[in-house]
Amino acid sequence: MLVDVHAHFLHARTPRADWRERNVSRLTAGAKIGISVHVASILGSWGLTSPIYFPSPRDVTAGNDALLALQREHPDSIRGYVCVNPNYTAHARAEIVRCLDGGMIGIKLAASRRADDPLLDPIAALARERRVPVLQHIWQHRRRDWPGQEASDATELCTLARRHPEVAFILAHIGGGGDWLHSLHAVREVPNVYVDLSGSGVDGGMLEACVESVGVGRLLWGTDLTMDTGWAKLRYLESLLSGEELALVSWKNAARIFPPGAFPAD
Amino acid sequence: MRIDCNAFLGAYPWRKVPGTSPDALLQALDRTKIDVAWITHLPSLFWRDPTEGNAWLYETARKEKRFTPVPTVHPGLSNWEQVLSGAANAGAPAVRCDPLYFGLDPAGGEMRALVAACSAARLPLMLGVRLEDGRQRHPNDHVGELPAAAVRTLIRSDADLRLLVTHADRGFIEEVHFGSTPDEARRIWWDICWIWGPPEDHFATLLGTVGVERFVFGTGQPLRLPDNSIAKLDLLELAREQREAIESKNVQELSA
Repeated sequence: MLVDVHAHFLHARTPRADWRERNVSRLTAGAKIGISVHVASILGSWGLTSPIYFPSPRDVTAGNDALLALQREHPDSIRGYVCVNPNYTAHARAEIVRCLDGGMIGIKLAASRRADDPLLDPIAALARERRVPVLQHIWQHRRRDWPGQEASDATELCTLARRHPEVAFILAHIGGGGDWLHSLHAVREVPNVYVDLSGSGVDGGMLEACVESVGVGRLLWGTDLTMDTGWAKLRYLESLLSGEELALVSWKNAARIFPPGAFPAD
Repeated sequence: MRIDCNAFLGAYPWRKVPGTSPDALLQALDRTKIDVAWITHLPSLFWRDPTEGNAWLYETARKEKRFTPVPTVHPGLSNWEQVLSGAANAGAPAVRCDPLYFGLDPAGGEMRALVAACSAARLPLMLGVRLEDGRQRHPNDHVGELPAAAVRTLIRSDADLRLLVTHADRGFIEEVHFGSTPDEARRIWWDICWIWGPPEDHFATLLGTVGVERFVFGTGQPLRLPDNSIAKLDLLELAREQREAIESKNVQELSA
């Protein structure tokens, strides 16, 4: 069993003419890697009619609808995070209820609002109520603002996580760019923050540092935009961890924080 | 046969990297079924005279047949021609120069002199676009990335030059390849370590547009996990001959 906790799909109302090919490519590569379930999100229109990280409510709904359709089309292998923009509180909460009722299993927060902002509290409260994890897009040690996103870093996520100790938060793509060591130091003592191993970064020493920092009980395997790097990290972990430890990272930790029955063998 | 043309030995100054010793590299080669590694001495890339690491490099490679030395040349130092001559005499398959790490204009006079000398010695020149993701570098690590324009300038400057460019992504490769004449493009080889696989499929696209014959197996280890370059090959539907070309034959042709 292998759960990819950080996947994305595209749809027709995005700038990508090759959206179908990219979706097929993800599923084909996933079959080769042995991915049992892709837990995915769609960030609105991916920039077509509102910014990727600041999606309009209409685009949020359209993207979530596309993901619900994919989930219905691939009931064994695709699960969804409902993506919301916390700046639109009422819409975000309604969208979470609608999509979780529709079978999604988590909440995706991109970079529309800083993670420690009070506007994330009503979303975290709903996550606790529905017992679903929150995947938060992270810039590993943001030293300045970057155009196109209100990126959060681990320190800010930990502030939110301390306010909501009963909610599982997933720190996105530790290999996704930035100073991952800064993030690992920040999350070490915050037990409800889990580290997702996805991202294009395959730095030597990064996985050892992840294990050292939070232990195998808080690591989650994933891919994000580069499945080859995800597979590389999985292969390296096979040499670094015992079989039981690898099972935790590959799926058992995910099965613990997502709703019961979210995965086939769960 | 699998040859990693892009490996390093020795510590990296900007962060802790495990597995930098010769023994550790051998273990990594065993684990990933890599037969031979072309190695460069990593710490000396940051020294005022980066060629001072070459003696250790030669000595280390002499003791281990799976290591092939790729020594560093600094064309801004007065002894660079002797260093180049030493590399040729030592049977190095290529020499490495990272001009921005040495504070040199990447397409300036020193580099063009080096290019001409490499051509005359029939030694390929290896250039790295980067060593680390620009978003994660140490706050004091301000070295710029190699510009694609510099690669185009260098390949145009000498009709016999052969270049091996490491750590390049799809956009960089396409800019240089299609910004060169067919003859120029045929004299550039690209290591695969920084090219994305599925679902974006940059590598598959490049194999179709630029050609299998232009790519060589490289990992950037131990700064990067060598497993990545193998994984991206495993994710492709390659004929045996194509895989062999990327894993060993193309780099053997480059260094012949």
